[in-house]
Amino acid sequence: MLAAALEGVRLMSGLRSPLGRVAGLGAGRSGVHHWWLQRLTSIALVPLSVWFVVSLLSLPALDHATVAAWMAQGWTAVLLIVLLLVACWHSQLGVRVVVEDYVHGPGTKLLTLVIVTFAHALIAFAGVFAVLKVAFGAAR
Amino acid sequence: MRSRPLSPHLSVYRMSRYTLATSIFNRLTGVGLSVGLFVLVYWLMSVASGARAYERAQRVLALGIFKLLYAALLIALCYHLVAGIRHLIWDTGRALERSQSQRSAWLVVVVSIMLIAGLACWLLRSRVYGS
Repeated sequence: MLAAALEGVRLMSGLRSPLGRVAGLGAGRSGVHHWWLQRLTSIALVPLSVWFVVSLLSLPALDHATVAAWMAQGWTAVLLIVLLLVACWHSQLGVRVVVEDYVHGPGTKLLTLVIVTFAHALIAFAGVFAVLKVAFGAAR
Repeated sequence: MRSRPLSPHLSVYRMSRYTLATSIFNRLTGVGLSVGLFVLVYWLMSVASGARAYERAQRVLALGIFKLLYAALLIALCYHLVAGIRHLIWDTGRALERSQSQRSAWLVVVVSIMLIAGLACWLLRSRVYGS
């Protein structure tokens, strides 16, 4: 009985357990989550990045008053915030894969991933804060 | 634990040069743009910190090395954008044949060079960024 069960396990193809297979567990149903978010953010970034470059390079000057007035415009502020959040998310997903591929050693890898994630969260929130502060007229 | 093959399985692929180059360059430009995000947020924070702080930051951000970085970032963005659209087309299941992917690799290079050239022309003509 036990031998037969062990034989069954040995014959099982792939890395999934029979229990995991019948329960539909596998990758916790999150197998394509990373992939899907990477696509979703990249689709959003196509128009957002084009808008950003065109809008930024169209500024008549780069002094504080001009830049602050630009950032304070309603749609500019909203699009900037969306761009920052989506770009940081996309960047985090991308850099994560690069780290997973090229940083070896479980400890180093985990540490690098933690730093990458924290750094992205930090710049995302800092960027949003900066845009909001300027948009609400608090940057003098 | 039994040692398993680790990604990237570079040795199992027979990679022609164009596949390797387009893929690696997409990653490189992506990581470069991540660095660009940090610079962007530093700049936005300096705007939020008021005119004096902005001028201090401007002095740093106007250094030659940063100007080089902006040029590199624009080039990286152009390439990453076009190469990314190629990936999105692949994701719909289209253009995956070898001959098609070979052609699209060249198309990515040509289109991104055209974008970069267009941007450069526009920039050189502008009052703010010209010279």
